[in-house]
Amino acid sequence: MRTTILQTAITLLMPLFFLFSLYLLFRGHNEPGGGFIGGLTGGIAFVFHAMVFDSRVTRRLFRLNPVRLIAVGLFLAIFSGVIALFAGEPFLSSVWADFYLPVIGRPGTPIVFDIGVYLLVIGVVVQITFTMSTL
Amino acid sequence: MAINSEILLFPLLTPLVAAVISLFFWQSARYQRIVFLLGILIYLFASIRLMTWVWTHGYITYQGGNWPAPFGITFVADLLSAGMIALTAVLAVMSALYFEGGIKNSKVSNIFHPTLNFLIFGLTGAFLTGDIFNLYVWFEIMLVSSFVLFTLGGSRSQLEGSIKYVAINVVSSSLFLAGIGVVYGLTGSLNMAALAAKLPLVENQGLVTLASVFFIVSFGIKAAIFPLFFWLPASYHAPPLAVSSLIVGLLTKVGIYTMLRFFTLIFTTDTGYTHTILLILSGFTMVVGVLGAAAQIDFRKILSFHIVSQIGYMVMGLAVYTPMAIAGTIFFIMHNILVKTNLFLISGLVKETHGTYALKKLGGVYHTFPFLALLFAISAFSLTGVPPLSGFWGKFMLALGGLEAGQMAIVGISLFVSILTLFSMTKIWGEVFWKKLPESTSMIINRQEDLLRSRFLMVIPVLLLTAMILLLGLYSGPFVDYSMRAAEQLMDTEGYINAVFMR
Amino acid sequence: MDILLAVIVGLLYGTAIYMILQKGLVKVIIGILILGHASNLFIFVIARLTRGAPALVPEGLEFVPEPYADPLPQALILTAIVIGFGIQAFAIVLLERVYKLTGTSEVDQLTTTDTIEATD
Repeated sequence: MRTTILQTAITLLMPLFFLFSLYLLFRGHNEPGGGFIGGLTGGIAFVFHAMVFDSRVTRRLFRLNPVRLIAVGLFLAIFSGVIALFAGEPFLSSVWADFYLPVIGRPGTPIVFDIGVYLLVIGVVVQITFTMSTL
Repeated sequence: MAINSEILLFPLLTPLVAAVISLFFWQSARYQRIVFLLGILIYLFASIRLMTWVWTHGYITYQGGNWPAPFGITFVADLLSAGMIALTAVLAVMSALYFEGGIKNSKVSNIFHPTLNFLIFGLTGAFLTGDIFNLYVWFEIMLVSSFVLFTLGGSRSQLEGSIKYVAINVVSSSLFLAGIGVVYGLTGSLNMAALAAKLPLVENQGLVTLASVFFIVSFGIKAAIFPLFFWLPASYHAPPLAVSSLIVGLLTKVGIYTMLRFFTLIFTTDTGYTHTILLILSGFTMVVGVLGAAAQIDFRKILSFHIVSQIGYMVMGLAVYTPMAIAGTIFFIMHNILVKTNLFLISGLVKETHGTYALKKLGGVYHTFPFLALLFAISAFSLTGVPPLSGFWGKFMLALGGLEAGQMAIVGISLFVSILTLFSMTKIWGEVFWKKLPESTSMIINRQEDLLRSRFLMVIPVLLLTAMILLLGLYSGPFVDYSMRAAEQLMDTEGYINAVFMR
Repeated sequence: MDILLAVIVGLLYGTAIYMILQKGLVKVIIGILILGHASNLFIFVIARLTRGAPALVPEGLEFVPEPYADPLPQALILTAIVIGFGIQAFAIVLLERVYKLTGTSEVDQLTTTDTIEATD
């Protein structure tokens, strides 16, 4: 689907997609949103890009191997669960820090877990897109 | 929470961490292999530690996420699940060795290592979980990994087999989900212990029985019991041998394991109905499986049909529903996992030497590789249940349980099927081992020393498994004790509920 | 509302099973897809419907006021959807590979694993 209108639009819209996906990711704890939905929104940016350009162009744009991203995401998710073990709590318990950060608020393991899920979902969506487009 | 309950986490986390690390080394088969072997050894160690701990101290429960029992992520280890995990570890080591010993290309092995770890992760989770929805998720992890392993290599028969395997498993998962829905609608809980406590109090017992039928069908597909087994012989013979031996050994047994769990813990109110269904199905499963095997002319397909028939024995123990019969089922699972895998691995070795599985083109193995023939004979006799070997004890316990419960018909069928099993083993023996080599077949390896030298890593697992089978048969006392205690634990619903709620 | 949804669940199951029993593999995959929806909707309906009351804690309160929609079935459905998404992606790629390799997407043509003939 090589149309100039869509190509221009997608190039301009991709940063927006990302911004929105990050917004969804960080509002996730107490309000609708979270790593999974954020990741899907972020992944959709690349799906559209691969649709209107070519998956090879997207691959160059993406640079990373999606499998690496999946690995990093999974690692973060496990890591967030293991932190609780060091704090003497059962696996996957939420552990919260004592200080506040600007924008994010009080950092805790759920946000690490959600970031892990976010990266994992982007990786999976992009990997599926690449695989299917080169069939 | 007891301090030691963290030992339940090690077998669960090790394969996951190993899988993630080997995803990082996506391109480098060598590092992947190192990570894999290290991971699997830690897993073996952790699972044995878990088993010994459960043997001495009883149940271990673990509440992930620090929420109390019906709300948190519950993990429970009892003797049965700990034993299954230990067997998983043993089989994983064997099939890993076998895989490393075979000739393969690097693309296959890049995917093989992380996926096998995910498969083990899913299996471990399914054995340990104490929550039916989590069980569904673990099942899916395990199934998706097995889909990938099935298609590795991508030959025609593999892809065709996996289409059938994928389609039937999706149907089964969807029925499982529907069953979960019914149970949740009835009780508002998904925790197995909470269900065990709440379901007998439900007014509309008919709906409980309905839900149990959902689970019988769903697990029946996964375990390949009588009317639902057709996918198994159509797909199990297709993937590479290291993969299929693992899948053969474990995936159907997970179905049996979950049946044991559900129909001794959760659905125990209307045993007259559910367990009678299971009893009839088990009889048909045994007979149809063994008759199907009799018609086949392919080494691996014969063995595939035998899996179906052996599944019947396991369901029989559950259906008879006495402690002795269930102990027999548990012993039979242990025995069957080892023997069946070993037979598959031997068929793989025969393929390495002759380049085919077709009985017509095989022959003369006894003459050229007497050692291999000996290994096969031990496993085959054990499968049929010849007295000092492991199959005998399993069938003996099952028959004893059946006789105690007065189920003469099923005991008779099971003994008759044993004879048919012996018949089809003699068919393999005659065609593959005793018959002269047909002149049209050219052998790839034609001296025993060459086989031992060039396929060293593939022979080792066969040797180890044979040793374990002999141990299980000749020194069966501790294993029988283990099964008896595991069965008592299974029948003791109160104990399970109290352990989970820490009363 | 419940009755309407129950009828829809039934229709979805019926359609799904009809599609899965078709010969064309594409139809089988569509059937698998619909089967997933049927199960999800089934859970949604059977876990009882509460309308217009999300299980979100309002500003300034410590708990959710009754009655609220049970969030657990929704979580279950979300999980099942995600799993279904992965399996459908896999099934589609598998179908494509089978079509490339065998040149057919008819189940009737894919019988090499069902014959008694021995494999190599």
